[in-house]
Amino acid sequence: MSVDAATVKRIGRLARIRIEESEVASYQTELNAILGFVEQLNEINVEGVEPMTSVTPMTLRRRDDVISDGGYADKIVSNAPLSEDNFFMVPKVVE
Amino acid sequence: MTDLTKLSLADARKGLKAKSFTATELTGAYLTAIEQANPALNAYVAVTPEQALDMARASDEKLAKGQGGTLEGIPLGIKDLFGTKGVHTQAASHILDGFKPEYESTVTSNLWRDGAVMLGKLNMDEFAMGSSNETSYYGPVISPFRAEGSNANLVPGGSSGGSAAAVSAWLCAGATATDTGGSIRQPAAFTGTVGIKPTYGRCSRWGVVAFASSLDQAGPIARTVEDAAIMMTSMSGFDPKDSTSVDLAVPDFAAAVERGVKGLTIGVPREYRMDGMPQEIEKLWQQGLEWLKAEGATVKDISLPHTKYALPAYYIVAPAEASSNLARYDGVKYGLRVSGKDITDMYELTRAAGFGREVKRRIMIGTYVLSAGYFDAYYVKAQKVRTLIKKDFEDAFHAGVDAILTPATPSAAFGVGDEALAADPVAMYLNDVFTVTVNMAGLPGIAVPAGKDGAGLPLGLQLIGKPFDEETLFAAARVIEKAAGGDFAPKAWW
Repeated sequence: MSVDAATVKRIGRLARIRIEESEVASYQTELNAILGFVEQLNEINVEGVEPMTSVTPMTLRRRDDVISDGGYADKIVSNAPLSEDNFFMVPKVVE
Repeated sequence: MTDLTKLSLADARKGLKAKSFTATELTGAYLTAIEQANPALNAYVAVTPEQALDMARASDEKLAKGQGGTLEGIPLGIKDLFGTKGVHTQAASHILDGFKPEYESTVTSNLWRDGAVMLGKLNMDEFAMGSSNETSYYGPVISPFRAEGSNANLVPGGSSGGSAAAVSAWLCAGATATDTGGSIRQPAAFTGTVGIKPTYGRCSRWGVVAFASSLDQAGPIARTVEDAAIMMTSMSGFDPKDSTSVDLAVPDFAAAVERGVKGLTIGVPREYRMDGMPQEIEKLWQQGLEWLKAEGATVKDISLPHTKYALPAYYIVAPAEASSNLARYDGVKYGLRVSGKDITDMYELTRAAGFGREVKRRIMIGTYVLSAGYFDAYYVKAQKVRTLIKKDFEDAFHAGVDAILTPATPSAAFGVGDEALAADPVAMYLNDVFTVTVNMAGLPGIAVPAGKDGAGLPLGLQLIGKPFDEETLFAAARVIEKAAGGDFAPKAWW
């Protein structure tokens, strides 16, 4: 499988990364080099093999569904580029 | 007085206990060394002298009373990937500009609990994506090593290039590092230092900037096997805040260092004999086996048939997880924001400006392999291959193998700005060909300096162990370290 210029732009939109027209061709080359490299996985028969979901044989721990942390909104927003009254500020989303 | 920065961590600890010098003196010596060397090596992206001296003074008070933890007064460097409260934590990325966390990562908390002193934050490949430390927003780290008769700058490896260079050039007594595909072991091999990636789950990932969560593990880089063992005992341990942290007692790893290899079976996987591998690496590997045999180990040929598929599977799994983890950098919560005409425009411009080329490339690959219609063909397939890679190792261990010996890297360190590597992303990825299998299987792996190439550059061997059997790795690595007996210190040119 290989990607064309339109696909590069589509991936850029999905990833929320602006791809300038002048960058499309080099991204296309680089992505196709990587996809060409991973192509060799097609040589392996994975019929009946379980996909790995946990590298260590463990089930995820659970905890009681109670509030165990929080109450410091000021700390949460302390690194925000723009905040007001402990809210993150963003450009208008709904007209 | 002898140069305090040249002491091993273990010897520095003895000297502090014996009151031969104070933690303030030791820390001061490192700060002076950093000030002098960092303009040339670029190993630190932030130095924290006031905090370091405060911590050292607190250690001196404890040491004076005969108290203190296992790392009391020991100055360490911290990879920029670890969250350190109120201190530069940017994963060497532009997108985290100005980020100073309100929290401390579990691993660094453990180190401070045991009395260690923080010298500053270490350079790295951006978001730990790279094998040469050239993708850092803060510029490349320069290796303290140079080929004999050459003034050309070499890379220290990556992504923990700042950690490896700082340890090797005596700019800290030891350093924290992280390893997703080889990022502790490859730079350790390039700089004549010891680096161990523990079993997945041994060190908490909490508070460490995430790259590929099913592969990321923290570990130490140090100048000796014993130093690495001492650090790892402190860094390890169960943490309820990391859902994949394993609730298992932490042994005193340093106690295992002199245990020897008598009676152990060392596996030699035939698939690691790569076409075009330099003769000197092949020779080093044989030499390592001879050293282990001489100390009573048995050597056994084994097969890990899916080895060649580990790297391609990794370049699906790791970018997929990265594209998901790095979605959080959106110009809203922290770091860089580039304004746009609406919110989507702001996201796209912020991420275009904030991420470097390698990071963007990997997010793009990850987004593609996870997108509708490709998920099964790429991501699920890679997860199945991962199951097979892990089974290869399990079969070897079930057949009686205690540890596996391989080369750590396919070559010695290469030059900064290597044009062939810059032109082909896949060629750079091949640096991790011997290390990435270990991450895919969640196993522990240690890199130990074992020899030098024709130009006097360090070469490392890798030992791979059973899950949670890091002790055997420390013991076997110590045998190699002793037998190699080499001086793996760089000749200071900086």
